[in-house]
Amino acid sequence: MSTQLILLCIGAYFVLAPVGIVIERRAATVLVYAGSFIVAVIALATGASVLLGIRDESSFVLPVGLPWLGAHFRLDPLSAFFVAVLNLIAAAASLFAIGYGRHETEPSRVLPFYPVFLAGMNLVVLADDAFSFLVSWEFMSLASWALVVAHHRIQENVQAGYVYLLMAGFGALALLLAFGLLAGPDGSYAFSDIRNGERSQVLSSLILALVIVGTGSKAGLVPLHAWLPLAHPAAPSHVSALMSGAMTKVAVYAFVRIVFDLVGPIEWWWSMVVLALGGITSAMGVLYALMQHDLKRLLAYHTIENIGIIFIGLGLALAFRANGSSAAAALALTAALFHVLNHSLFKSLLFFGSGAVLVSTAERNMEHLGGLIHRMPYTAFCFLAGSAAISALPPLNGFVSEWLTFQAIFLSPGLPQWGLILLVPAVGALLALSAALAAACFVKAFGVTFLGRARTPAAIGAKETDGFSLAAMFALTAFCVLAGLFPGIVIDALAPVLRGLVGESAAVQALQSNFSIVPISGSRNTYSGFLIFVFVAVSTGLAALIVHALAGRKVRRSPPWDCGFPEPSTATQYTAASFAQPIRRVFGTIVFRARETVKMPPPGDTAPAYHEATLRDLAWDIFYVPIATFVQFASARLNHLQFLTIRRYLGLVFFALVFLLLVLAIWQ
Amino acid sequence: MIDIASGVAQMLLMLALAPLVTGLVRKIKARLTRRRGPPIIQPYRNLLRMFRKEAVLAENASWLFRSVPYLVFALTLVAASLVPTIVTDGPFAFAADFIAIIALLASARFFLALAGLDIGTSFGGIGSSREVMIASVAEPAMMMVIFSIALVAGSTNLSAIVAFMASHVEVEVSFGLALVGFVMVAIAENARIPIDNPATHLELTMVHEAMVLEYSGRHLALVEWAASLKLLLYLSLLACIFAPWGISTFGGGAQAAAVALAAYLGKLAFGGALLGFFEVSIAKMRVFRVPEFLGAALMLALLATLLRLIARSL
Repeated sequence: MSTQLILLCIGAYFVLAPVGIVIERRAATVLVYAGSFIVAVIALATGASVLLGIRDESSFVLPVGLPWLGAHFRLDPLSAFFVAVLNLIAAAASLFAIGYGRHETEPSRVLPFYPVFLAGMNLVVLADDAFSFLVSWEFMSLASWALVVAHHRIQENVQAGYVYLLMAGFGALALLLAFGLLAGPDGSYAFSDIRNGERSQVLSSLILALVIVGTGSKAGLVPLHAWLPLAHPAAPSHVSALMSGAMTKVAVYAFVRIVFDLVGPIEWWWSMVVLALGGITSAMGVLYALMQHDLKRLLAYHTIENIGIIFIGLGLALAFRANGSSAAAALALTAALFHVLNHSLFKSLLFFGSGAVLVSTAERNMEHLGGLIHRMPYTAFCFLAGSAAISALPPLNGFVSEWLTFQAIFLSPGLPQWGLILLVPAVGALLALSAALAAACFVKAFGVTFLGRARTPAAIGAKETDGFSLAAMFALTAFCVLAGLFPGIVIDALAPVLRGLVGESAAVQALQSNFSIVPISGSRNTYSGFLIFVFVAVSTGLAALIVHALAGRKVRRSPPWDCGFPEPSTATQYTAASFAQPIRRVFGTIVFRARETVKMPPPGDTAPAYHEATLRDLAWDIFYVPIATFVQFASARLNHLQFLTIRRYLGLVFFALVFLLLVLAIWQ
Repeated sequence: MIDIASGVAQMLLMLALAPLVTGLVRKIKARLTRRRGPPIIQPYRNLLRMFRKEAVLAENASWLFRSVPYLVFALTLVAASLVPTIVTDGPFAFAADFIAIIALLASARFFLALAGLDIGTSFGGIGSSREVMIASVAEPAMMMVIFSIALVAGSTNLSAIVAFMASHVEVEVSFGLALVGFVMVAIAENARIPIDNPATHLELTMVHEAMVLEYSGRHLALVEWAASLKLLLYLSLLACIFAPWGISTFGGGAQAAAVALAAYLGKLAFGGALLGFFEVSIAKMRVFRVPEFLGAALMLALLATLLRLIARSL
């Protein structure tokens, strides 16, 4: 039943798509988003009920697609978890967009693709055979591409769309080959056949490499991330939230589904690859994010960091699973999946906040904002909560998943391989580094955008955003707090997923007192977000009460002190660039080849002085530019093949055929 | 009931002791530089004076600026109260392990750095910006210290670590390295010389004191009290992990508790004296030398971890 229900929801999304074209624009905005909201809530409820064991998992075959195969769909606990996460974000984004969508200049370029995008993501996690999986995957990519280039008059967006399309195609090609190898020469595409198939270690390794490339390019693993900070911010903000909060998670789903479920046993050293990629991705992602002054691009770069954290958890799980310690593997995988939920919650929240700022000021550049906490107090509150959550501060949810990841790292000395024993602490240090840098990054993002004095008239004239947008932001804030205070509920809900993947679930948290969580049953390492929250809240309240009772609550307002020399010009405030300067100096000279040049006029000259800081994304220099150069070189060389006579073309076809037959003959 | 009472008692003990430790360090620094120095209880008088003064707020200060002192104070107090000082396995020992305590301090820093940016002055900005830079190098080093200690003790729970360390008699090289790394991080985290100078906010030391420059009256009192609490917290951590002698367990009787309290006070006095001595004998370093200093701490902690891992397998 549950699978059919989700399929019905997907059908409903498809029905909503043409509404945006047919009906008059104002009504269409409300209709499409309100409709999507309702459908998403139903899908969310269905996914959650399967996860909690209220409904059973089920499967369904639609008679479409390959004639001998049909389209298989299945809702098992893993799919159910991702269905729940996706549709939770979809519901929040739709609610946000009821208000935000009114400001859309070209709604007919967004409305039809929005529900289709949601349908595509749901289809991917529901698919139970390689063919429907790949078709849904491409569908999701194309729908999101259409949303990225929705504002096609901005040259930047078109370029972002182009790069995205290339990378999506590349990733899909890798996945196509991976599924080809998985299905084997018989072409058994159903996941149930793939799962039972036998394959050699070499073949598994090749599949794993392809899967890391295919899913990593969609999730944003360094160095396959280059498209992500271009494409995610280009879309309208609620779509950015979906791309960062939900679509990257679909890529994580694909990785988990193939690596933990379909491929079968994997050699231990693959976990080192995943761990190293995760560690590098998390540190690089946050360092890139710190250097940004475009609010949405900062958030997009920060998604890369969180994907890194998720892959650290997945890598640990692979390492433990390969060595047969399934309790530790369950812990690491729990940490990764918990972070999937957490990241989708706070990243969507932050993108909504940036969308509210964008609508209110028409600015994405933080250097042109400031002081918005006075003009948009509710948005500022939600953005602050999201910033604290993403910076892994207790008692919010981001801390819980990082704590679980650290606890999994602490189990690593029990592993037998020296490579892992030495690598895992280093990855732990990278994880701690990225957590600290994330806090720095969000002090900067919140501080420069919402605090201080308004830097431009646009920031002075900002107004609080509408009620729908605020409702969506407050809902996600509430989820962030609840997941932080009662993490045991989430961890216990993940138990059926883990039993399916590693054969054991994490420690049962419902047995713990005071809502504390424990990484491995019987361990003394416990953490209770609820209790910490109560302590902090009570202490804050008591401190305020006592201080106000004894010392009074009177305040006097005066000009800022600033050591006696307050400067009225708002240009003397710290900017995003100057805030990040110490960190750029410390890390940037190596990581980004950051260079600073100062052009100082000679004494007596009244010409302005210039300070210029340049950064480079080394991934472009090392990977993308050489590949692009090679492709251009090759295409220039092969260009004359386009102008041959028909005789020569036929000759080419003949020789190609002979060559392939020879290959086949030698192969066998 | 007794659980809550003992929790509250620990909180009150921390609150009462924090200014005393700060006063002690200042006194020792003064004596070592041949000054008479203010009495040890001067920080209490300062706090009282500041609570009595009116709070002056900048015209554009937001609600966040006004609530941060309370929040920072509460977060630091809760973190400090969760460190085992006199007894281990206290009633709330399960609420937070070593990582969570460090993360609570990170929360306090996050909000204080935001408050530094709220007024929009250059002093606040430079303080926040440098504070987060220092934190970004200090936190990985701290994490590695925790890792090396947890590796030996088999737990990240502080009571379990203390219990292990108290029963563990042999001295190991990895402990020594972890100790040095921990002290280096603690100096940076508490804005002490050579990283920062708690006695001034001008020129070279524009970090912590520059960040809180706009606070006055009761707000400043809370921020300063929180800073003292943080110093006390790190000294208590040092005492309970690397010198766990004399510490009692929860419910171990009044006599044991009295001995433990005396031992704890003695350890604090010793730690404070060492800090004072260290501070007068070293010069402040340039701000961009700080990452090298903390990088050394990180490397020491990594080395401690490696030594431990190798020792395990032999």
